[in-house]
Amino acid sequence: MSTILLIEQTLNGLQFGVMLFLMAAGLTLIFGVMGLINLAHGSLYMVGAFAAAGVAAWTGSFVLALAASLVAAAVAGVIVEMVVIRRLYDRDHLDQVLATFALILIFSEGTRWAFGSFPLFLDTPDWLSGTVMLPFGIEYSRYRLAIILVGLAVAAGLFWMIARTRIGIRIRAGENDREMIGALGVNISRLYTLVFALGAALAGFAGALIGAIQSVQVGMGEPVLILAFVVIVIGGIGSIKGAFIGAILVGLTDTLGRFLLPLAFGLIMEPSAATSVGASLASMAIYILMAGVLLFRPQGLFGARAA
Amino acid sequence: MRRETLLNAAVLALLLAVPLWAQATDEPFTITLATRAVILAIAGVGLNVALGLGGLVSLGHALFFGVGGYAMGILAFHAQSYTTLIDWPVTIEGTKSMPVIWLVAVLASALAALGVGALSLRTTGVYFIMITLAFAQMFYFFAISWPAYGGEDGMSIYVRNGFPGLNTMDPIQFFAVCFGLLLLVLLIVWRLSRSPLGLMLGAARQSEARVQALGQVPYRLYLTAFVISGAITGLAGALFADLNRFVSPTMFSWQTSGEIMVFVILGGVGRVFGPVAGAALFIVLEHSLGGLSEFWHIYLGAILLGVVLFARGGLYGLLAGRERAHD
Amino acid sequence: MTDPVLDIRGLNKSFGALRASQDIDLTLHPGEIHALIGPNGAGKSTLIQQIAGGLRPDSGQVIFDGRDVTGLSTAARARLGMGRTFQISALAMDYTVLQNAVLGALGARGGVYRFFRPVMRDADLLARARAALDTVGLTEFQALRTSELSHGQRRQLEVAVALTLSPRVFLMDEPMAGLGADGSRRLMEMLDDLRAQAPILLIEHDMDAVFALADRISVLVYGQIVATGTVDEIRANAEVRTAYLGEEEDA
Repeated sequence: MSTILLIEQTLNGLQFGVMLFLMAAGLTLIFGVMGLINLAHGSLYMVGAFAAAGVAAWTGSFVLALAASLVAAAVAGVIVEMVVIRRLYDRDHLDQVLATFALILIFSEGTRWAFGSFPLFLDTPDWLSGTVMLPFGIEYSRYRLAIILVGLAVAAGLFWMIARTRIGIRIRAGENDREMIGALGVNISRLYTLVFALGAALAGFAGALIGAIQSVQVGMGEPVLILAFVVIVIGGIGSIKGAFIGAILVGLTDTLGRFLLPLAFGLIMEPSAATSVGASLASMAIYILMAGVLLFRPQGLFGARAA
Repeated sequence: MRRETLLNAAVLALLLAVPLWAQATDEPFTITLATRAVILAIAGVGLNVALGLGGLVSLGHALFFGVGGYAMGILAFHAQSYTTLIDWPVTIEGTKSMPVIWLVAVLASALAALGVGALSLRTTGVYFIMITLAFAQMFYFFAISWPAYGGEDGMSIYVRNGFPGLNTMDPIQFFAVCFGLLLLVLLIVWRLSRSPLGLMLGAARQSEARVQALGQVPYRLYLTAFVISGAITGLAGALFADLNRFVSPTMFSWQTSGEIMVFVILGGVGRVFGPVAGAALFIVLEHSLGGLSEFWHIYLGAILLGVVLFARGGLYGLLAGRERAHD
Repeated sequence: MTDPVLDIRGLNKSFGALRASQDIDLTLHPGEIHALIGPNGAGKSTLIQQIAGGLRPDSGQVIFDGRDVTGLSTAARARLGMGRTFQISALAMDYTVLQNAVLGALGARGGVYRFFRPVMRDADLLARARAALDTVGLTEFQALRTSELSHGQRRQLEVAVALTLSPRVFLMDEPMAGLGADGSRRLMEMLDDLRAQAPILLIEHDMDAVFALADRISVLVYGQIVATGTVDEIRANAEVRTAYLGEEEDA
């Protein structure tokens, strides 16, 4: 096992974690401010990816494609919030789960109807293709490195927004006391739509970025959604910091588990058995991590309360 | 008689009449559809123990459905390939006997529910939803990556398992087996809902503080309900696998979890017979809408959305009125 | 004097800078009603929660029947015989009145983990539940859904459920709150009799009720017990008058 390979895999884990953060941040904000569990968040991820693939095919510009993913997901988010989600804030979690599950069905089949069942492809532009040389002679994918940097920049921007801006203050106020901000004269309805649109845009952006690595297809959002849930359970609900730490933990655990576990079992087993046992265990690693957190800190690493 | 009782009788009668009529007119496919409805109804009745009685929004019941399915698949696979399941410390062989398979499916899924429940029930509310969903996904990925039993492709069982004295390959006889089990499960859940445990569980759902002040530990009540719930859904999984003579990781998927929940909601949460009506309605919708458009899930989604936003209480809420506080 | 049923020793509880309970000592003896009074925010609810098990004190002990229960859960304390009524009704609102009472009887008898026998056909439980409903005067409403009861009736049902437990001690958190004059009088008569069954720790705002019923009164102000004594002693206590009864007495 070479150190270079290990570093490369660590970077991959970081890249995966940063993407999960974009999903989890929106989910945790929406839960924190509006008390809503949104299963359709994965659909917004998908909307972003499809919008990017469509615009890229049409204009050939990757930057326009990314912009389109943000706009399309945010617009979809606003529409969904105003038509459906708004009616769910006062409902119990069961109704929220069911209604947003219904939204998944509508989004997925609608997209299949519009784009067909075949996956689309979103190509990385030339200026992001190939590899870069990092210090110590590590050769790494330029695009993945860009994702890490962009993701970290978005994370930093989000932290800054929540800590320093007026909208951030309102979001924090909303998390602490929902009635209070109404009493302070903040237009709650508009704040909620805005937060939902922000979460949607982050999800759509993540979908577009990942769409260039994997294929763009119906159903791509839900596995990521469930991983984002694992992130939130680990990090603690409503906490952006928790979402960030949780996302990086999950990204690293998953990627390094897939890389290291088969190697580790290779020390005590024959290669083919080691590969299959290692791969099976690796597929469960993040859930085992989640179970461990539940055992010792049911409210999550940064969760203040058991919601 | 109360309207709800009448409705219960009507649902069961309809579920029985359709396959009998199909048998008379030689429409085996319709019998299979009815069998599917019956099996999915059992899964829904199982979930309803957690959801309706205990108020536990489990979005991971596909886990138990899948465990039941794989219990059947693994036992039958070893029986049909004449291999042993394990050799050490005792030799365990596969089997093609339905009763044995059901027992294993029920025990295995109960055990899974005990483990998953013990962890998930440390939390409540939205955490519980996310965690149950995540654990089901863990089993899904495990089933995909574990090559011994078909991995991603799943595995086929060539001949349906046997039940003493019956020819289970005959659709109507297999239907009868499943229908009998549905009746049994309904009886158990109906008695459970009126038992001391059912009363206390419902009280925990409404007020945990009350139940604690009565000396009861909500966690234990919930866990008991969760295990019973998982075991019943596991039984449905074994039957479902037998119906299709095929198991695959799809049984563990989040869509399956969602659909089981949809049966409960379409019928009416907390009504013992609700999921039966819901599963039957689901099959009817799937069949009629599926004939209309290949994208029938859009309509299903719209209907579900309508039920959640405007007709809480589902079919039973519409037809039988508000649930009566029974005595 | 007999040994106290309930003996609170040196209880402390803080929330950040707020000291909700400071060195609280309190006893409850057989046959007595011990009323706990104090202005809003004095820490009465915090105290009763620590006694019932919902909150863990930072330091101090709760001795119940000679046994240290400080480390026990709410459920365990309930099983030992603490019967509690809630300030905000914690009833099963979808159940009938009778079902709520049966629930209490079931909790007291045990055997909750029985899956198959209809609980509402259990003659033993029904008798116990009906007796309690009879005591509080809810018999004619037993088939009603609890959510359909009036506020006062819910209070009565709270007490009835506590009765079915046949507890060793009653912890009552403002049972008269929101009751009309009629309801209050009925409940007072009931509590008056009840103390023979088991002593009552009574948190109450209604001063007339407290002075009429209580054998002893403790006054809680800013998390501290400033005085404990008989009705007359408390009436005469200058500290209580200034700290609690306030200006209207001076005016």
